Amino acid sequence: MTAATAPPPTSPAPATVPAAPRRAAGRRRLTPYLLLLAGVAWLLVFFVAPMVYQASTSVQTGSLDEGFKVTWHVATYWDALREYWPHFLRSLLYSGIATAACLAIGYPLAYTIAFRAGRWRNVVLVLVIAPFFTSFLIRTLAWETILADQGPVVSFLNTVHVLDVTSWLHITQGDRVLATPLAVVCGLTYNFLPFMILPLYTSLERIDGRLHEASGDLYATPFTTFRKVTFPLSLPGVVAGTLLTFIPASGDYINAELLGSTNQKMIGNVIQSQFLRVLDYPTAAALSFILMAAILAIVTVYIRRAGTEELV
Amino acid sequence: MTTEPTAAPGDAVRLSALSKTYGSFTAVHPLDLTVPAGSFFALLGASGCGKTTTLRMIAGLEDPTTGSVALGGKDVTALPPYKRPVNTVFQNYALFPHLDVYENVAFGLRRRGIKSVKQQVGDMLDLVQLGGMARRKPHQLSGGQQQRVAVARALINKPEVLLLDEPLGALDLKLRRQMQLELKRIQTEVGITFIHVTHDQEEAMTMADTVAVMNAGRVEQLGAPADLYENPGSTFVANFLGTSNLIEAEVTGTSGGDIQLVAAGQRLTLPAARCGAEVTTGGRVLAGVRPEKIALVHRDDEDAIAEGRNRVPGRIVDSSFIGVSTQYVIDSPVCPELEVFVPNVERDGRLVPGAPVVLHWNPAHTFGLDAAQDIDAGLDADAVEAALSPDGAGTAAEAAV
Repeated sequence: MTAATAPPPTSPAPATVPAAPRRAAGRRRLTPYLLLLAGVAWLLVFFVAPMVYQASTSVQTGSLDEGFKVTWHVATYWDALREYWPHFLRSLLYSGIATAACLAIGYPLAYTIAFRAGRWRNVVLVLVIAPFFTSFLIRTLAWETILADQGPVVSFLNTVHVLDVTSWLHITQGDRVLATPLAVVCGLTYNFLPFMILPLYTSLERIDGRLHEASGDLYATPFTTFRKVTFPLSLPGVVAGTLLTFIPASGDYINAELLGSTNQKMIGNVIQSQFLRVLDYPTAAALSFILMAAILAIVTVYIRRAGTEELV
Repeated sequence: MTTEPTAAPGDAVRLSALSKTYGSFTAVHPLDLTVPAGSFFALLGASGCGKTTTLRMIAGLEDPTTGSVALGGKDVTALPPYKRPVNTVFQNYALFPHLDVYENVAFGLRRRGIKSVKQQVGDMLDLVQLGGMARRKPHQLSGGQQQRVAVARALINKPEVLLLDEPLGALDLKLRRQMQLELKRIQTEVGITFIHVTHDQEEAMTMADTVAVMNAGRVEQLGAPADLYENPGSTFVANFLGTSNLIEAEVTGTSGGDIQLVAAGQRLTLPAARCGAEVTTGGRVLAGVRPEKIALVHRDDEDAIAEGRNRVPGRIVDSSFIGVSTQYVIDSPVCPELEVFVPNVERDGRLVPGAPVVLHWNPAHTFGLDAAQDIDAGLDADAVEAALSPDGAGTAAEAAV
């Protein structure tokens, strides 16, 4: 180019950096670690230490009276898995179905909030979060009332013969909804729905509206635009939402406790009773680790398949 | 539709009484416009003048309040965007971030069920000189490259009309110049009708065969760039398109094809053919002249000016040397701020601020406008746009290429 730029006012940087700036640079390098300190300390005390403690508990033997000793009794894992594998399967199944239900309910809702709610957007968002103002336990108890045998919901479902279908599918029993798989899945779905909606909303809301226009301009029908543009761009939200729903739901025990019967016990219920009632700490710890490993494996495969790292 | 379109087959776009209102605000007043097929048509105006709204109504992205849009003789007013034979290059390109360049360009073809797109996409990428970039994602491209992808993505569908919404707005000056020529080359090569929306008058004049100058929801004037520049029909066009010196003058009479004027005691001549306003002796008129048509001499040399030229005395207030020419601001009795651009052929050392001078020009270069208008119309708009136009955006990315 012919355009000449004025020479820089300062001379080129000297080859050796004076001592004072070097100290300053050292401080600057340290700053991020100093900022991390509080978080790292927190994780060490409340995550790593309990993990190590639980890991050691899981390979201990003994009883409450004699005390537990680390004997590297790895067979606890095997026994726990053999005895409680139906609970594991049930947990993963229930939370998987609840996650799918959350996605089915949450996606249209998040989509509407992001693109159609207009000035109602913030109001609707607050409504989504509003249930969090009451405790998890209370909300679940409320579902006990909603699904009560003599309640309006059950009698309505009975009148329109929905319960006949659900009984045939073995997700309800007779005239009851409470103490059935349906009730537990309903509770899980309800309780974890906001964890699905919020990440979905965030990723949908970030999508530039002009991309929809561009897609329409390039001969895509509204449905194709959704399939080829909106949905792929919302995938990070779908992945985040399903993980935030699936992971806590699979460890949950309140819903199965309050809305289910002994036939709907999830692995969370087993762990809770082993810890607090049976007082078999090694088995409880081993179950916890198996659950963690199972979730980790499922999540890893899921993220690989979703291929989110390829998204922007 | 109730009205039968009567567009001739040679018209790519025909707008009939097309208007758009938002509540009480009228973005576009009823507009009749015909764009001939194969032309490069520019809608020029300051931001908020309704040019983008007009474009979006053609694309189908905005529903008109009244009127109709016909494309190639077919009324498309009721059709959704995806059923219209037009494609748009959006202001910030709106490339699909999750798709690579190849898939972005192939998008329109795939939506129309065309299976073998490889050849066409390859050809199109070659046309916009992005052959080696097919597998890059949009965020890995510079502004200029993204711009070309946006053009390719629209053009590959061979639309009847290509709509460009401020396509060069996000590029820096140098790249903008380059892309202007490139777009013009592409248009000539593919022969598709282009409708280009811009606030940059230079861009409109460089690229378009026909320019429609819009102001406050109306088309002020429509014509070839040179025609608009030489014969502006209103003070808005005179000021918005380049720079104009407008002198308010009184009509003293007409003789032959000329109108005699007097402004602050100075006699001026204006060809009647170039006066857009009705004139009566004793009435007022705005006499306009472009800065580059005016010659400048020191008052000592006034005798050297040929007879019959319009002349105005004054004093240099300011001068700025810009290479090809020197731009002077002259304070004169007829107008406090006359602008004169003098080509730097032989520079007169006496022409410095404070020097008494005489301006003179060929009376044939004078145009006349109705004095009832706002003499400053179009000046503010230009200033606002100049302040808004991005400079340096994308420079860094471009430098990396």
